[in-house]
Amino acid sequence: MLDPFIVKLFPTLDPMLVIISAILFSPLVGFVIQFFMGEKLFRKGDWVSLGAIFISWVLTLFLFSDFVHSQNAHFKWVMSWPWIALPSFSLGMGILLDSTTILMLLVITTVSFLVHLYSTGYMQGDPRYSRFFAYLSFFSFSMIGLVLSDNLFALYVFWELVGLSSYLLIGFWFEKPSAANASKKAFIVTRVGDVGMFIGILIIFFQTNGLLKFEDIFSFLSKSSFNGEFLGLSLLTLAGLCIFMGAVGKSAQFPLHIWLPDAMEGPTPVSALIHAATMVAAGVYLVTRMFPFFTPEALTCIAYVGAFTAIFSATMALTHNDIKKVLAYSTVSQLGYMMMGLGVGATIAGFFHLVTHAAFKACLFLCSGSVIHALHTQDLREMGGLRKKMPITFVTMLIATLAISGVPLFSGFVSKDMILGGTLSFVSNHPNHFLIPIFGFSAAALTAFYMFRLIFMTFFGTARDSKKFEHAHESPFNMTLPLIILSLSSFAIVFTPLHFWIEQEEIPENIHHLATVLSLFVAGSGILLSYLMYMKKVLNPDTLAQRFKYIYNTLIHLYWIDELYEWAILNNVVRLNNLLAHFDNRVIDQVMVDGWAPVTIQTSRGSGNFDNRVIDELLVDGTGQMVGASGKQTVKIQTGKVQQYILVGLGSVCVLLILLTLIL
Amino acid sequence: MTLPNIIMDHLLTGIVFLPVIGILIILLLPSNRPSLIRWTSAAFTFLPLCIAAELFLLFNRNEAGFQFVEKFSWIPTFNIHYYIGTDGLSITMLLLTALLSFLCVFASWGITQGVKGYFTMFLLLEAGMMGVFVALDFFLFYIFWELMLLPMYFLIGIWGGPKKEYAAIKFFLYTLFGSVLMLVVMLAFYFYSDPHTFDLVELARPGILKIKDLTIFGLPITIALFKKILFILLFIGFAIKVPIFPFHTWLPLAHVEAPTPISVILAGVLLKMGAYGLLRISFPILPQETYWFSYALAILGLINIVYGAFCAMAQITLPQEKGGNDWKKLIAYSSINHMGYVLLGMAAFTVEGINGAVFQMFNHGITTGMLFLLVGVIYDRVHHRRIDGFGGLRVKAPIYTSIVALAFFASLGLPGLSSFISEALVFLGSFKVYPSLTILATIGILINAAFFLWVLQKIFLGPLNTTYKDLSDINFRELVTLVPLAVLVIFLGVFPMPILDLMKITLDKLLTVIQSV
Repeated sequence: MLDPFIVKLFPTLDPMLVIISAILFSPLVGFVIQFFMGEKLFRKGDWVSLGAIFISWVLTLFLFSDFVHSQNAHFKWVMSWPWIALPSFSLGMGILLDSTTILMLLVITTVSFLVHLYSTGYMQGDPRYSRFFAYLSFFSFSMIGLVLSDNLFALYVFWELVGLSSYLLIGFWFEKPSAANASKKAFIVTRVGDVGMFIGILIIFFQTNGLLKFEDIFSFLSKSSFNGEFLGLSLLTLAGLCIFMGAVGKSAQFPLHIWLPDAMEGPTPVSALIHAATMVAAGVYLVTRMFPFFTPEALTCIAYVGAFTAIFSATMALTHNDIKKVLAYSTVSQLGYMMMGLGVGATIAGFFHLVTHAAFKACLFLCSGSVIHALHTQDLREMGGLRKKMPITFVTMLIATLAISGVPLFSGFVSKDMILGGTLSFVSNHPNHFLIPIFGFSAAALTAFYMFRLIFMTFFGTARDSKKFEHAHESPFNMTLPLIILSLSSFAIVFTPLHFWIEQEEIPENIHHLATVLSLFVAGSGILLSYLMYMKKVLNPDTLAQRFKYIYNTLIHLYWIDELYEWAILNNVVRLNNLLAHFDNRVIDQVMVDGWAPVTIQTSRGSGNFDNRVIDELLVDGTGQMVGASGKQTVKIQTGKVQQYILVGLGSVCVLLILLTLIL
Repeated sequence: MTLPNIIMDHLLTGIVFLPVIGILIILLLPSNRPSLIRWTSAAFTFLPLCIAAELFLLFNRNEAGFQFVEKFSWIPTFNIHYYIGTDGLSITMLLLTALLSFLCVFASWGITQGVKGYFTMFLLLEAGMMGVFVALDFFLFYIFWELMLLPMYFLIGIWGGPKKEYAAIKFFLYTLFGSVLMLVVMLAFYFYSDPHTFDLVELARPGILKIKDLTIFGLPITIALFKKILFILLFIGFAIKVPIFPFHTWLPLAHVEAPTPISVILAGVLLKMGAYGLLRISFPILPQETYWFSYALAILGLINIVYGAFCAMAQITLPQEKGGNDWKKLIAYSSINHMGYVLLGMAAFTVEGINGAVFQMFNHGITTGMLFLLVGVIYDRVHHRRIDGFGGLRVKAPIYTSIVALAFFASLGLPGLSSFISEALVFLGSFKVYPSLTILATIGILINAAFFLWVLQKIFLGPLNTTYKDLSDINFRELVTLVPLAVLVIFLGVFPMPILDLMKITLDKLLTVIQSV
């Protein structure tokens, strides 16, 4: 649509390249300007970052509308350049634009733009206001780069850069020790996954003889396979699991999920953008992108990890009273859903859930931010009755909640339904994996329950903290506008243009119907139970907690996983490095190196003594003394009496003569 | 830009001996004019930097052999030549040395005692380092190698910290021990080559070492064994300099006690000489033995990576009285870790591995230089380096914190920054040959991330330690020393080819020598 204009502006360049470069680099330019001179600009330069992401957003919308008009689900545009070229080795940088990328771009730029807009209200008055926007711009740049990359190495580069932005933004209020801790934890825990992913890249690089481009890897696999196995797994499965480890870290899947709840220490817009809609979805994106690479065994493993994470994390969301933490566990759980969908082979469903989830989860986070902004508390127990005070926030949050709970007419219903249908059709072929749909449907019930609990506790009932309630007010327009836009995109109807893309995936009719009925039932029962407990108070949550104290404690302590890691890993690492440091100090340095000093000193002392006593005193001085002593003795002969001399002389002559005669 | 021919024909002589001219001039200056001495030193480190830039421009990237060669007979009786030249391997080191030396003059601005002596020694050190990197005659190489040792001893021993005498003598003796081993090997090369020569290019010619079976102390020694012994002796000589576990303990001590600019030179340039020596002398002259030793080299690399990382982290977890809690020592140990990647890459004999190794040498010089300069900045202000003695400094010193963060992230191998490229190349190269060792080495990546972020948090994040409420941010002079390095770290992380282009052809040739074994 834009092509004619761009051809006029840059006649020699491919118009697509110009558009993509603008989408990618405009946030980077925004970051550089903002980082170095944001403080000095009008409004501390928020408009620079906002404008930069706006450009990316508008251009992405053009790309998207072209994509929709083409009605071609298999659209693809590629271009690549050499980056590192050595003799018989090369690494490239390139762009791969296909339906997956376009949808990701749409999600990223839309949410990012809205979050930028929202932050102009939410972050107002913060001492590092301009720095906040600089980081947001940097994040947008890295995230866009991540989805545009056409090879694993480039993807890894951006993968780490989004990790860096996440680190910087979680620790944005670094004066708080908890925020500083959380940012460090997030970076290190995700890096555990990243190292696994890097090993996966190494295996692929080695086995394919240097191919890292997605297309090249797939075409290699269509002709040959990887050689070798390890622990009974084929190397291909293993490489797939290594790559998946990266996704486990980034998308906070069990057992590396522990960083995401802590990441809520970051400002709420950041939680919405990075830790709900985009970066944490990068793992899901990675699995989607690399999907043809995974062997059935690897996919089954992915499905189990996803399903388990979905249910496991949903249970943790049940009891928590921190509004952001509940949403964080919910995010982990929904990401597990997506992974489960991918694992059972419902790729479109899993990825589509990423798209719909981005909208309603970002909306939920921004709404919670609006509530926090108004009340200055994150504790659900201090909220209540806000329905009338904050009508826009209430309505938009309710819409998003309906979407996430899987109520018909809303987007979440469609995508969740597709995933659950996928699990059912998977089980119909592999009946012994029946746990996957069970986890899936139970997680859906729990999701509906805890989300409505959150809504009831926040907006209904009476104000529990009247002082805070008095001060509460609806947020300004620049904060509510993003809420409205995001809640509108939580309606299923918004996604109708994508039908041609969604319909690529076919689920047998009867299974699909079964899935729909079941998911409606579980969602309905979750909502009903929540209504009974938190609105009608038929069941008192506190007495339930008392009754099932052990379960409640386990949930509130998040299954003691953090404690377990601290005890099993952190303590032992500290012990190990102290031990090694001692070894270095005592054994290597003091014994092996400095130990030579006493040896040398003793040897030199010994040789010095030898030199002094034996050579000098005994041999050299001894000779002297001997000469002196013998001189002293012989001196006695020298009496000075001539008669004695003559006597001795004559005597000697006589002796000589006798000797001579005897010899001769 | 054209310079008179006499200069153009002797660029390398210029880069080595300009600092010496600087020394002569400084000796003539009155010692009560410190700033004059400083600026003279700045000028005479700037000139080598200009030559280095000129070399960078003129260097032929497609030539594997030596360029800018100068060769004159020096001691004809022993066939010793003044023979210098540079190739893809040494030019990167020349660039690094020239840059760090120049920047370190500014980092030495705060030295107020014995300024004249200090800069004399400093320039002598630079001449020695340059000489080592250009020498193509083993004898000349040895002379320069020893020449470096002397000023280093005095720079640590006089201008160092509280335990400076101990550190200086330990450094001196340890290095001297290595030099003696090198001397033995040098003489062996000389006497067993036919015709007798110290010429490194000649010695690298296959078959020039004509060693017959010999007996030492009545034990029969075969040629193969004798060459292995030579390799090991030479290896230990260089291993001390790298330093390779277990010959590394002089390093934390010397780094901690040395004044800031000298730590920078020590970590940035001197550590590279061990690896440089292996690549310049051991690899081409004893290729079979190099190949024979490669697995051990890879294991030593792995130990350096993992052990260095753990020891660095111990600086955070151990209290001061047990030898921990020292920021500078932490960086010293992280150098051991980073040099491990160099060894691992070298040991693999793959294109990626060896290019990654040499590029890592260059990158480590830059990043570790930054790290030591940064520690110096805070030490000059608060006169201690206890990791847990800070807290929340970011509030008072935001620019300083940003640069520290950049240097930390570069050191922990963040993509987009130069060290990542070299480490990734090393891993890609070594995985082909040593898959299990490479996987184990990735532990180092994790530990690296852990301790760098931990230190970052302890020193800069959290609530401000009120002791430092009047702390001033980084000043202009300090920025002058750091910004060029910071720019390089980012630039080479995005566009690594300018440096890789210099080295790739030379290293490819070196590889074929070893692969043909």
